[in-house]
Formats: sequence, C-alpha cells, structure tokens
Amino acid sequence: MMKRKTVLKLIRIVAMWLVALVWILPFIGVFMTAIRPMDEILDGWWNFKEFNPTLENFAKAWAHPTASLAQGTRNSLVVAIPATVIPLLVATMAGYGFSRYDFPSKKLTFILVILTLALPQQMIAVPVFQILNAFGLVDRYLGLILIHSAWGIPWITFFMRNFFSTIPRNIEEAARIDGASDFLVFFRIVFPLALPGIASAAALQFTWVWSDFFLALITIYSPNKLLATQRIPLMRGVYHVDWGLLAAGAIMVMVVPLLVYVVLQKQYVKGMVGWSLK
Amino acid sequence: MNRRARLSHYLFFMLPAVALLAFFVIYPSVRTIYLSFFDESGRPTLNNYVEVLSSRDTFNPSGFEKGFPLGTLLHNLIWIGIHLPVSVLLGLLLAILLRNMPSSSFVKSVIFLGMVMPMIVGGVMIRFMFDKNVGVVNLFLQPFGIDSRTWTAYPDSALFSLIFGSIWLWTGFSMVLYSAGLETIPKEYYEAAQIDGAGRLRQFVAITVPLLKPITTVVVTMTLLWELKVFDIVYVATMGGPGGASNVLALQMYTYAFREFNFNRSAVVAVIITVSTLVASVPMIKSSLAQE
Repeated sequence: MMKRKTVLKLIRIVAMWLVALVWILPFIGVFMTAIRPMDEILDGWWNFKEFNPTLENFAKAWAHPTASLAQGTRNSLVVAIPATVIPLLVATMAGYGFSRYDFPSKKLTFILVILTLALPQQMIAVPVFQILNAFGLVDRYLGLILIHSAWGIPWITFFMRNFFSTIPRNIEEAARIDGASDFLVFFRIVFPLALPGIASAAALQFTWVWSDFFLALITIYSPNKLLATQRIPLMRGVYHVDWGLLAAGAIMVMVVPLLVYVVLQKQYVKGMVGWSLK
Repeated sequence: MNRRARLSHYLFFMLPAVALLAFFVIYPSVRTIYLSFFDESGRPTLNNYVEVLSSRDTFNPSGFEKGFPLGTLLHNLIWIGIHLPVSVLLGLLLAILLRNMPSSSFVKSVIFLGMVMPMIVGGVMIRFMFDKNVGVVNLFLQPFGIDSRTWTAYPDSALFSLIFGSIWLWTGFSMVLYSAGLETIPKEYYEAAQIDGAGRLRQFVAITVPLLKPITTVVVTMTLLWELKVFDIVYVATMGGPGGASNVLALQMYTYAFREFNFNRSAVVAVIITVSTLVASVPMIKSSLAQE
C-alpha cells in the first residue's frame, strides 16, 4: 500500500513537470529568439551549435525606424496613467455612494459588471468614433483616455463598493458630528482608508489599459502617436518575419503587465477569483 | 437626514460615473442597435441583417466541399466547440494534478502567464509556435513524420492553429479558479465518503463536481465571452486569413466598419456578437441573483 502511494506520487510529479515544460517552452523560445542573432535561429532556436547572446534585437526594437517602442512606451504611459487615475477617482466616489446610502446596490453593481464584461467593444466602436470625430478628438489621446475611463468604471465601482462595506461607519459619523461635510469626510477620511483597495484596482486597470489593442486601433492613427501594442503588428514586416526583432518587441510590451502580476500576484488572482467564491 | 438631502448626496457621488457610462457605453450601444436597422440614407430597413446573414463572410456553405473558409459564424462556433470543453476540462485536470504538490505554485504561475500578457503578444506567440522554421510545434510533430510548415499560413490549418494556441494561452484561467475552488471543499467530506466505502471516482462525481458548480458557471461563461469576442490574437497572427479561413465575427465587424466604412453592416455584426454574449452571460446573472 505504501509503495503504491509513492509510485503514484512519482507519476504525478513527472506529469506535473511535463505539463510545465509544454507550457514554458514557447516562452523560452521567444526569449532565446530575442537574445540571439538571426542566422543562429534559422534552424530553430533549440540548436545551440553556436550561441552568442546579444541585446541587439532589443536595441533595434526600442529604436525601430517605423515602429519605435521607445516612443510607443511613452505614448502608452501618457494614455494609461490618466486612464487609471480618472476612473479610479470617479468609481471610488460611486462605490462609496453605493455603499453608504441605503440602496440594494450589491446585485445591481454586480450585474452591471457582468453586462460590461459581456459587451464587446465592437458594439460601441462606430458611435464612439463618431462622437470623438464630432468633438475633434479622433487621433487625440483625450478621447481614448475617456473611453477607457468609462469602460473601467463598472468593475472598479463594484470592487470599491465591497471594499467600503468592510470599513466601519463610526469614524465617518464621528467626523460628521464634528461638522464635517460629506465631501470633506470622503476626501479626508474615507479616501485614505481605502488606499490599499485603490492600489490593487489601479494596478489591474493600468494593465488592462496598457494591454488594450482594439480601442487604440480605432482611435489613434498617426504613426508617431501609436501605442506600444499597436506597434507589435507593424514590426512583423511585409515579406519576411524578423523573429528576433518581433520576439524582443513582444517581450518588452509584456514586461509591464508581468511586473504588475509578480508584485501583486495575490490581489491579481483574488480580483479574478473573488466574485466567483464570493 | 431627510430623503431629499440623501438623494442629493448620493447624486454627487454617482453623477460623474453615470455620465461617463452614459456617454461612452450606453448611448453608443443603443446607437449601434439603431444603425443596424437603417440604411445609408437613413430609412428603416431589415436589409442589413439579410445582407450580413446571407453573406459568404458570415456563412459559406460551399466551404463544406472546398474547405475553409466556412464563414465567421461557423468559425466562432468551431472555436467554442473545441476550445470550451478542452480548456475547462484541462483546467480542472491540472488543478487536481497540481493540488498540494511541491513547487506547484511555480508551475501554476507559468501556466497562468498566458492570461497576464497582452493578447496582442499572445497572438505573436501563437504565430511563433506554429512557424515553419522557429516554431516549437514542428519540433514535436517531426518525429511523427509530419512535414514542417507554417501552420497559420494554410487555409486548412490556420483556424485550428489559433484555437489550439488559445488553449495554451487561456487554460490558466480555469486552472486557477478551480484550484481556488478545490481549497474551499472541506476534507471531512472526502473522509466521510471514504468511510462509506466510496472510491476515488465516486468521490469526484459525488463531491468535487457538484461543489465546484458555481466556479464552473464562471469559468464557462468567461471562456464563452472570450471565444465570442476574440479579436487581438486573430488580428496579429493571421489577420483572418489566408482568404478569410480564420476570420472571426469581431474582425469581420472591424473590417466592415473601419476598412469598408459600411457602418450599418458592421452594426449588424456587432449586434450579433452582443446578443450571443448576453445569452452566454445569463447563467452568471442568474446565479448572482440567487446569491444572498
């Protein structure tokens, strides 16, 4: 009996590492392709007859003549930072409103979240384009920032509403008795208390805006204004694929959400799992 | 505080959020529905629906004899038919396999990586895996006597490459959710079942599966939503090609609207996607309504 258990355990361990290998191989492949010169990887990156690691591909992608990732990264930050700050402020206020005024808001906000999750961005694409056009905001970051802000509001509101329900009301009521207005109570007392929740929501919103492709595709057109994700398809080349360059570019665009994930792993997974387990 | 004062406070906190949503989400959605029922000169019509649904882009019956493309509607359905069962079951299987194993958190993180990276990078990775020269897929197929080729570049294999690539990308989601779900099942249940003489399979069917049902609802719904809305990875890996062989609804909508500038037709495709995603999310809405 004991023996059978060890054998089973051994099989499980082998199976686990086989699975891990299958999943990690493409990542190793992209990494190897990015750090090696083109002629070394023509027969597959798994040939190590010659191995001269270089950062040349990264430098080339960073300073690409038509799709520079240096510029793309800067542009993406110019969009992602305000597109994180605005919805957080707006949705935190709404989440507070929902949590503090008697209103059956938990279900309502949650259903709103599901509906916006379900809604494809294609459904708003054309009218949003027309609105931006009417206000002269096509090809300007302000338009894209506002769409991202609106898109993030439902889930951040839901997230913050639940966070506020865990903060006791006593402190606020004490302040109110001392004559502080609702406005003051919110910005001086509630907002600072909510900072941990705001931080994890901000990280998630930031990565989503950073990773977005479709909304950028339909709003930003000038070559020098394109965001980082928009430049990846342009790096592919027309006649042949320069895999080293493309791999290096892909890694650089991936690094930002990857860092957020590593730093905030627990909140990240909690954010995804949370509502299903309550 | 009286009711009216309360309402005004409430409005102060909610108004900015409601305004942004109304302007950039609700109004545009309604406007798209409107556009789908009018022709270019502004007369009400059902022709857009007739045109899109009878178009070969959407459904191409001759594809059954001549091979791909079969039309976006069928491509999305094939995507669901393969990807949904495989990624949900595989995720559950992996969650069980990795449970309480040494260094399983590392393996889980690796599998979950596909969920973390931007989908546009995911598409590049898929293209890369299936490439003739640098792709790792050919490395595995060679021993079976299958000739190397760029699998995403041929009509008969482009769509399947994307689908299997997306399994690699998205299985981490169901695995992580099921892993978290398994932790919530009390060990006593299994111990009691063991005393009653229930075997492992019986325990799995009678305890694990029913207790994971709420999670299955979430996993299936979210996976369905991605399959219906898939865009980025197709755009960057194949652009729907070759010859439309891997085209999907979301990309068809984009082509109609931003390449052919036919906003009425594109609105129809958008409505079709939205109706299907709303139907797909009914179970999740229902279960959230039932929860207290």
